[in-house]
Amino acid sequence: MGFVSWLSQVGSVTKLSLETIVERKGASAAAVFGIAGVVAVFVAVLSVAEGFRRVMTASGDPSAAIVMRAGSDTEMMSILYGTGVRVIDDAPGIARSASGPLACRELFVVINLPRRSSGMDANVPLRGLGANAFEVHDRVRIVEGRRFTPGCNEVIVGVGASHEFAGLDLGAELKVGRNRWRVVGIFTAGGGLPESEIWTDAVVLQAAYHRGNSFQTVRVKLASPDSFDAFRDALLADPRLTVKAIRLQDYYAEQSRTVQNLITGLGTLVAALMGIGASFGALNTMYSAVATRTREIATLRALGFGSAPIVISILAESLVLASLGGLAGAAVAYGIFDGFRAATLNWQSFSQVAFAFDVTPALLAQGGGCAILIGVIGGLFPALRAARIPVATALRET
Amino acid sequence: MNGAAPAPADDLLVRVEDVEKAFHRGEEVIHVLRDLHLTIPRGEFLALMGPSGSGKSTLLNLLGGLDRPTRGRVIVDGRRIDRLSDRQLAAWRARHVGLVFQFYNLLPVLTAERNVELPLLLAPLTRVQRRRHVAAALGIVGLSHRARHYPRQLSGGEQQRVGIARALVTDPSLLLCDEPTGDLDRRSGDGILDLLQALNREHGKTIVMVTHDPHASARATRVVHLDKGRLGTEAPP
Ligand SMILES: Nc1ncnc2c1ncn2[C@@H]1O[C@H](COP(=O)(O)OP(=O)(O)O)[C@@H](O)[C@H]1O
Ligand SMILES: [Mg+2]
Repeated sequence: MGFVSWLSQVGSVTKLSLETIVERKGASAAAVFGIAGVVAVFVAVLSVAEGFRRVMTASGDPSAAIVMRAGSDTEMMSILYGTGVRVIDDAPGIARSASGPLACRELFVVINLPRRSSGMDANVPLRGLGANAFEVHDRVRIVEGRRFTPGCNEVIVGVGASHEFAGLDLGAELKVGRNRWRVVGIFTAGGGLPESEIWTDAVVLQAAYHRGNSFQTVRVKLASPDSFDAFRDALLADPRLTVKAIRLQDYYAEQSRTVQNLITGLGTLVAALMGIGASFGALNTMYSAVATRTREIATLRALGFGSAPIVISILAESLVLASLGGLAGAAVAYGIFDGFRAATLNWQSFSQVAFAFDVTPALLAQGGGCAILIGVIGGLFPALRAARIPVATALRET
Repeated sequence: MNGAAPAPADDLLVRVEDVEKAFHRGEEVIHVLRDLHLTIPRGEFLALMGPSGSGKSTLLNLLGGLDRPTRGRVIVDGRRIDRLSDRQLAAWRARHVGLVFQFYNLLPVLTAERNVELPLLLAPLTRVQRRRHVAAALGIVGLSHRARHYPRQLSGGEQQRVGIARALVTDPSLLLCDEPTGDLDRRSGDGILDLLQALNREHGKTIVMVTHDPHASARATRVVHLDKGRLGTEAPP
């Protein structure tokens, strides 16, 4: 048999397979729905991890930076003394306003407060902020009450913390150890991290916790995102300082790496498990769709159709069904989780970021690939089996 | 002329010589056919009878190139088919034999005419040519008015007629029918037998029909019995 006639055989038997997809509505629909389900689950689960990664790298003001003692990885471990801190104020690249350089000296302690829901104690950061705090943290807005007065035992509370922890209502008095603080304001921070903190004046906090004239970090607002290199280099070059400067974005990325890996890992694991489960379901429908055709395949072979053209035709049919399923699943995943994506854009907060779904084209492509894989496996193996056994045996079995 | 001269070689459509067929089932070897000789002249309507499991289908498969003998020669229309590869056999079947099955083996998703068209997809024909052949085959079996029906919309007898039309459509010299009336009631079965007889008499088709129904074998021009892997002949009725 010549190659051309072989090709034409492949063509005609493939055409036959594709034309009869509609005739086999039951089996075809089952395969399409099965695969659509797998792809939707796969894309949805991975989009959680993807959403987290995406917003982590995109979030954070690119012109904000944080200065810590060299060698410290977290704010908590850092310590900066008053003399050095003053040098930082003069570094190049820092934005300035009428009230001076936009560099805010900060320290913080962790206090224990009972949760409103469970009554169990949990850690809450109590942060002391120096001059220009509200210019540096330019997304902070007082929504109830007023700012704290420097030098007084007054605090303002982020909305998140206020909701979460007992005793953080406006006007309430907060007792921590021997100290008493009055809640004079509630603030928002565009959904950001400060919303789960308690803020007060740095000098008051230093006194209350015997911190002398030391701070932990200096948070600066740069003149522009491009100013960072000059700023960092100047600090590194200054012999009076042993500090490091990190862009806020990078700091957050660093801090959230563990969380991110966890989510990505868990997400992938969950996606893999659900995907495997769902794949078996889809594979099974696909498999039985082909298996019920063993008799048809045997008949075609008896009539003189070659095994290879039959396998190719069934593979083509499986791929068409899988593609339809893949498209449907991708459309479902995109359609449903599009809303979640809008929410991420609106709030850009870490807590919400963690649950934000981001259905990216890459994920859709991966979902499509997964559909194709199921199509190939679900179609190829039963078809190969049906085409490999001797014709006489195949005819007897049906 | 003294005595019956043996038929000239080219009047023999089928020659089965010294054939043995064994199947392996695990360790066990099942000898289904042994020392089997059979010649079928052109134009014969041969009924192949025998108890269930005696190897009738196995022999028919050897004649139709669906299987190969363990030993011996199978020559159909001057061609040795017992040593062809699977691929060569498939191509050979498509051109030279028409197969009719007990359970029709129609593709349920195709209409009668498209079922009949199937073997023609393997031939170098245009769509118009195929249509003409299909119409002719459906005409011969008397089912022109059912061309657009699906198998599920046809009676058993009608489905078997479609099966026969599909076997006929490539105009093969040899028709092999494995219990073609085995799944039909007497009336539909008679219709099928009438049709096969007409194909044999009017269209000159050589037919081998497996059956265990004496009523069916009575239509044949010759009956052979297969028992324990060997053939015994019986005079024509
Ligand atoms: N492909 C096969 N593999 C194993 N055994 C087979 C195969 N085909 C036929 N047989 C065996 O050969 C014997 C004859 O079968 P068959 O030719 O179908 O008988 P019949 O058609 O006369 O009823 C049976 O015992 C059957 O089990
Ligand atoms: Mg049989």
